[in-house]
Amino acid sequence: MNMLGMFCIRACSGLVGCRTATRVRSLHSLPGITVAQIDEEVAKLLQLKAQLGGDDGKHQFVLKTAKGTRDYNPKQMAIREKVFNTIIGCFKRHGAETIDTPVFELKETLTGKYGEDSKLIYDLKDQGGELLSLRYDLTVPFARYLAMNKITNIKRYHIAKVYRRDNPAMTRGRYREFYQCDFDIAGQYDAMIPDAECLKIVHEILSELDLGDFRIKVNDRRILDGMFAVCGVPDDKFRTICSTVDKLDKLPWEEVKKEMVNEKGLSEEAADQIGEYVSMQGGMDLAERLLQDQKMSQSKQACAGLSDIKLLFSYLQLFQVTDKVVFDLSLARGLDYYTGIIYEAVLTQAGVAPVTTDAQNGAPSEESVSVGSVAGGGRYDGKCRVWASALASRGSSPSWSRKPRHIG
Amino acid sequence: MFCIRACSGLVGCRTATRVRSLHSLPGITVAQIDEEVAKLLQLKAQLGGDDGKHQFVLKTAKGTRDYNPKQMAIREKVFNTIIGCFKRHGAETIDTPVFELKETLTGKYGEDSKLIYDLKDQGGELLSLRYDLTVPFARYLAMNKITNIKRYHIAKVYRRDNPAMTRGRYREFYQCDFDIAGQYDAMIPDAECLKIVHEILSELDLGDFRIKVNDRRILDGMFAVCGVPDDKFRTICSTVDKLDKLPWEEVKKEMVNEKGLSEEAADQIGEYVSMQGGMDLAERLLQDQKMSQSKQACAGLSDIKLLFSYLQLFQVTDKVVFDLSLARGLDYYTGIIYEAVLTQAGVAPVTTDAQNGAPSEESVSVGSVAGGGRYDGLVGMFDPKGRKVPCVGVSIGIERVFSIMEQKAEASAEKVRTTEVQVMVASAQKNLLEEKLKLITELWNAGIKAEVMYKKNPKLLSQLQHCEESGIPLVAILGEQELKDGVVKLRVVATREEVQLIHNTHTILDSCLT
Repeated sequence: MNMLGMFCIRACSGLVGCRTATRVRSLHSLPGITVAQIDEEVAKLLQLKAQLGGDDGKHQFVLKTAKGTRDYNPKQMAIREKVFNTIIGCFKRHGAETIDTPVFELKETLTGKYGEDSKLIYDLKDQGGELLSLRYDLTVPFARYLAMNKITNIKRYHIAKVYRRDNPAMTRGRYREFYQCDFDIAGQYDAMIPDAECLKIVHEILSELDLGDFRIKVNDRRILDGMFAVCGVPDDKFRTICSTVDKLDKLPWEEVKKEMVNEKGLSEEAADQIGEYVSMQGGMDLAERLLQDQKMSQSKQACAGLSDIKLLFSYLQLFQVTDKVVFDLSLARGLDYYTGIIYEAVLTQAGVAPVTTDAQNGAPSEESVSVGSVAGGGRYDGKCRVWASALASRGSSPSWSRKPRHIG
Repeated sequence: MFCIRACSGLVGCRTATRVRSLHSLPGITVAQIDEEVAKLLQLKAQLGGDDGKHQFVLKTAKGTRDYNPKQMAIREKVFNTIIGCFKRHGAETIDTPVFELKETLTGKYGEDSKLIYDLKDQGGELLSLRYDLTVPFARYLAMNKITNIKRYHIAKVYRRDNPAMTRGRYREFYQCDFDIAGQYDAMIPDAECLKIVHEILSELDLGDFRIKVNDRRILDGMFAVCGVPDDKFRTICSTVDKLDKLPWEEVKKEMVNEKGLSEEAADQIGEYVSMQGGMDLAERLLQDQKMSQSKQACAGLSDIKLLFSYLQLFQVTDKVVFDLSLARGLDYYTGIIYEAVLTQAGVAPVTTDAQNGAPSEESVSVGSVAGGGRYDGLVGMFDPKGRKVPCVGVSIGIERVFSIMEQKAEASAEKVRTTEVQVMVASAQKNLLEEKLKLITELWNAGIKAEVMYKKNPKLLSQLQHCEESGIPLVAILGEQELKDGVVKLRVVATREEVQLIHNTHTILDSCLT
């Protein structure tokens, strides 16, 4: 029966005179086992578990919080209050309003939004009503809120806890209940002004929180995609090469190049060309240089991104924050999510032992966030397409600027 | 016979697990089931979850709602007032997770347990959303072996109320609890709780209010001396509790006809529960021939006397009434109980049964905005050694307060602002974005709350309109001529009066700040 490629489950439960035998046909006779069939098997097993008395009828005084969650004692609350006051003060200084959403959403609201990470969503038990799930981030609720209320323009912050059933074996110190602190500007506006204000806000917050020196790295998805194109990366390898480039914050170039060539099948020539670009850092001057670059300038996409970077830096100069902002071509975070500018703030002083913040910075876990990262975000014009039917009457596709952030 | 055989074969990966049958092992364990379930769920995730259903149902879950910016602004004001009062009295705060282990909540809420939201068994611990803040508090104290603490906790709790029964009741709602835990001299912390309720309700400006006070021992003693059989105490008590909604005749009818009490006993109860007063009433009852027969009642009455002596020093006796008909939540409380009600009908009330922080056996009259009492036995339930930590506390009916404030705001001419922007930086002509951004940076760097439109060349009218919509009081207008002259026009949006200022940071800031 146990042949390669074949899959079957047989579950029989015999308890208290009740016997049910279910057999699911093997893969090679059906297109494949369906989700519904898995649901059925799981339900039977869980019913059996409940009959056994849940947690084996234990009635001890188990004085603990759920795995991955913790209480905040008064000292921690005092610190938390200070941090929130600083951050909220900054948001308010920039004219943001705030909203709040319920801790759980209809399951269907969250379905299909998180890809592989969907398995990390906490579901509520089906108790005979609507199917519900705990919110996984604050962005999907935000999108729902905008669509429900037919809002096209808003500048809002939202600080609240979100829930992810992370596997604690993988990562030390990662909580399943944790705060997210999001700031987003939604609406159709002239290019780069709200984007620049987001960076001004990050700069203000990090300065006021007094965490030591920091840098805000900036890049643009169109520049990365354009760069890959002119370096000869095949279209279908953009994403995977991108996640390799993203490892540059943790690994040296030699290892990153090795992965590109040996594992991802890129030509050594293409890898070397990429290597030249991704080592570049600078300001407006770098953007200007690249616009003149013989190779890069062949990509219309890259040129659009570079022009926007130039414009961005002109605003950043007026905002007096260019001292900490770097245009860095190796920044490749969360590219699935973002459509334009991307940015990430890192603390430059090692100082405190960092808690891994992978995937707790508010975007799907494909993005890798370097150790020391305290904020990240970018422009994501496409997310709203999901709600297009509710917004179609407006005619324009709203564009967004965003700064998701983890507070730990 | 019981057996599970699960084999998974995908992408060349094969795992076969077999669990031996029940009659050869003591039995399949929960851990083994968890393992199988985890494998199946992983497989499901690989297959892509919910059969690819991709609907967009734009609604919140039943019984829950978003808070829009206006509601958040009102909410913030209310919290600031309440928290300010707690802090004035030296309280610290804690926070607990939104879900607890199911077993932590088991056996704590009686019949109401059916209203608890459980999380789906996804192969790990069984979890439930918190039903109130008191059980998590008791767990926190026991876990950390804390015997003394004065803490407030404002957070949302979750109850699967049946919406058919009650209109407007939310399933996710705020609770605002304040508790003093610890062994202390009698009635001092109890009196401080009442002082805090008095302060909060006065500052929130909800109109006139009364705080009714009673004591479980007095009620139990009263039933005893009136001839109520011991086993009927609780049920008679919930009938007495209906006096805030029903007239005495109906309450008496229920006692006699439904609960089987003698008419004589009912009449005796009727005499007592119509009594209201202050320290004087407590003194009178201590002399009362019948009542004084109950040691329990006397203990309660002495404490009421002591309480009122402290309340006099706290200057709050004007609003506090010793009321023998108050019978809220007796399962929970072991001594003093109290409830604050708004006396002005004014606003159409939302029923707040069971949303004031105690199990729903307590009935809370319409208009009730806070409730609490002394509950000495709860923490001991969590401690493995049964160590007692006496507690007294109050829960503010904050959703009720929100709803009253929202209605007040609606009725008032004044708009509720959703932002705190002080100055709009505007331009009268084109091509002035650079100058505006320079000016706003000076303002931000100096801590002034300011906004600018995200347009290179906005019309002055649109900018002014935005000020009016948002309630921004001042607008700094840049113009070509003014720039040449080195000045900025600062206009008061409401009156349109203008001041011409030298364009330097200090003069602008001074004007903005005054």
